[in-house]
Amino acid sequence: MRKVAIVGVGMTKFGEHWERGFRDLVTEAGVRALEDAGMSGAEISAGYVGTMAAGSLIGQEHTGALIADYMGLNPIPITRVEGACASGSLALRQGVMAVASGMHDVVVVGGVEKMTDLDTAEVSEILGGAGDQEWELFLGATFPALYAMMARRYMHEHGATEEMLASVAVKNHKHGSMNPLAQFQNEITIQDVLDSKMVADPLKILDCSPLTDGAAALVLAPLESAKKYTDTPIEIAASAQASDTIALHNRESLTGVKAARIAAQAAYRQAGISPSQVKVAEVHDCFTIAEIMAIEDLGFFPKGKGGEASLNGETQIGAKVAVNTSGGLKACGHPVGATGIKQAVEIAWQLRGEAGKRQAPGADIGLSHNVGGSGATAVVHIYRRVN
Amino acid sequence: MAGIVGYGAYVPKYRIKSEAIAKVWGEDPDRIKNGLGVHEKAVASNDEDAATLAVEAAKIAVQRAGISPKKLGAIYVGSESHPYAVKPTATIVAEAIGATPELTAADLEFACKAGTAGIQVCMGLVGSGMVEYGMAIGADTSQGRPGDALEYSTGCGAAAYIIGKDEESLAIIEGTYSYTTDTPDFWRRNGADYPSHGGRFTGPPGYFRHVKNAALGLLRKMGRKVEDYDYFVFHQPNGKFPRAVAKMLGVPNEKIEAGLLTPYIGNTYSGASPLGLANVLDLAKEGDRIFVASFGSGAGSDAFSIRVTEKISNRERGRPVSEFIGQKEYLDYATYAKYRRKFKGM
Repeated sequence: MRKVAIVGVGMTKFGEHWERGFRDLVTEAGVRALEDAGMSGAEISAGYVGTMAAGSLIGQEHTGALIADYMGLNPIPITRVEGACASGSLALRQGVMAVASGMHDVVVVGGVEKMTDLDTAEVSEILGGAGDQEWELFLGATFPALYAMMARRYMHEHGATEEMLASVAVKNHKHGSMNPLAQFQNEITIQDVLDSKMVADPLKILDCSPLTDGAAALVLAPLESAKKYTDTPIEIAASAQASDTIALHNRESLTGVKAARIAAQAAYRQAGISPSQVKVAEVHDCFTIAEIMAIEDLGFFPKGKGGEASLNGETQIGAKVAVNTSGGLKACGHPVGATGIKQAVEIAWQLRGEAGKRQAPGADIGLSHNVGGSGATAVVHIYRRVN
Repeated sequence: MAGIVGYGAYVPKYRIKSEAIAKVWGEDPDRIKNGLGVHEKAVASNDEDAATLAVEAAKIAVQRAGISPKKLGAIYVGSESHPYAVKPTATIVAEAIGATPELTAADLEFACKAGTAGIQVCMGLVGSGMVEYGMAIGADTSQGRPGDALEYSTGCGAAAYIIGKDEESLAIIEGTYSYTTDTPDFWRRNGADYPSHGGRFTGPPGYFRHVKNAALGLLRKMGRKVEDYDYFVFHQPNGKFPRAVAKMLGVPNEKIEAGLLTPYIGNTYSGASPLGLANVLDLAKEGDRIFVASFGSGAGSDAFSIRVTEKISNRERGRPVSEFIGQKEYLDYATYAKYRRKFKGM
């Protein structure tokens, strides 16, 4: 298999894009990525796009064809893939496999979601489809409720506190304040989080990622020809994915995401590195508890120590591993299908040294961790700067 | 052009505190008061509706104008809570104050700004000489779905304005400018009991875009600056938005306080900016300049530049707004729910 590199990245601002539609957002991200790679659409031979729920959120299916049309990429094949909140990373994996196998040379991968056309209750119902519709959502278990149960169990088993959960949101807002594309660029305090409105005990509104409109895109090419397009290619050193039960109640444990652990181990093997070598990581903090579990599942911290590490500042920019430099899902925003691609865009900027005020020092190896549902799908990618 | 010959206000005496509503829905009352800036709201009694509120305000306007109601050539009632879907509120008002039968009358609806739209219509009729006096009323007993954020702010109240010639006016309307687009930030479909709204979408693309542009448009049209005005009245869906738009426009807080009644009576919808203006007219002195910008969802804003004349002393003929605000009786949630017909099957 050929080695694959990211040669162009682009994303829209994340936020409430009331005056722009799905097609506007994805087209903007795609054009930015092509411009970044210094190429025209004519060089692209295939595309993959991740979007979770365009059919429910905006009534639009067949989004691959829509995007090919609006990006002026006809007649190349563009395929939509779906894996709930991990849809973006699945699209990236399809692109990696297409280039690595030699089936295609230059491929564009994207992620997009347009979520703010509906009210919050409707969107919560739609997102609930990422779990088990018959055995979870139908019985009232929306995602905040599922993650609240994970948080409660985690606190019970490991003695974590609500302050530890809150510290994740505080750190991610701090990082977001340095990201001009983030939905929230305001700093918050632990007290702000603790005082914010209760959603599903113990998760308050400031423990939860927001509803967001946005899109992100990458251009992938064989590493051997990457320098043709950019001076700073980023090698995709690993791409791994794992699955677990769709419903939370059938899992072995509620205090970690087994699929993420399996995907991470596979990814570390592929890249030939250990967790301690990762300098920057974008992890799936749909809720604060999810980031604490993620940094343990990825092997950055021992089981049960993620909360304390977060509270002690061991995941902020400047620490041994900088987690969610973009602001994460919490502060940068979570347009579900776009998130996995945005994570890769952020890591590429970090490894290129182009992350501005939020640049993590010495970033040479990065990782993205994208989870679908409550952990039924997990995708881990590892990225390496090429000198 | 034309001016205000008389004005009148009415606010029902019942109030419900934000605490009483928050308690029922398990919300934190401090979050409501600090977030929405509404402490309590006015509640119409079970024998009141937008028509009776309009009549009360209209009577005081006629007293202040010192004219025979028979001289009113037009009456427009702006409301989003007209008691009838088909049958005008304006005829009820006209009959009740003795203005019938030689006049034209109609109802207007533009969410929270139908009252100021009526003022503009009357300015046109008076300015063209079609009528000697026209009356515009903004009156509402607005609805908020129980438990919705709107329930804390939807108040009841009315204000009436008699528009006549410049030389008879206690305040001359020097100019008006409107900014209107089709923006679905808030609506109530035919037959629906309660309105729907777009949450934060009611803010930047709705209220702020329209009020700011109407205000800037009128200042530009008049060749004036914020400093040329002594008072500003902005539409007040809550206590927060008018303060925020004042800040955007560089209007100091002390210039908006007199016209900001929502913290004490809630958002009286079509009555809101007209009531704010009435309270300012109760306090202003000859030569003062008043700037008004209403807002109606859907969406539009009407801005007015008003100069107070020596005839402002005529205001002594009618009851001031402060009397209505000061005279109050608190309701518990159950009684409020009965008065506002929130029980199914009533």
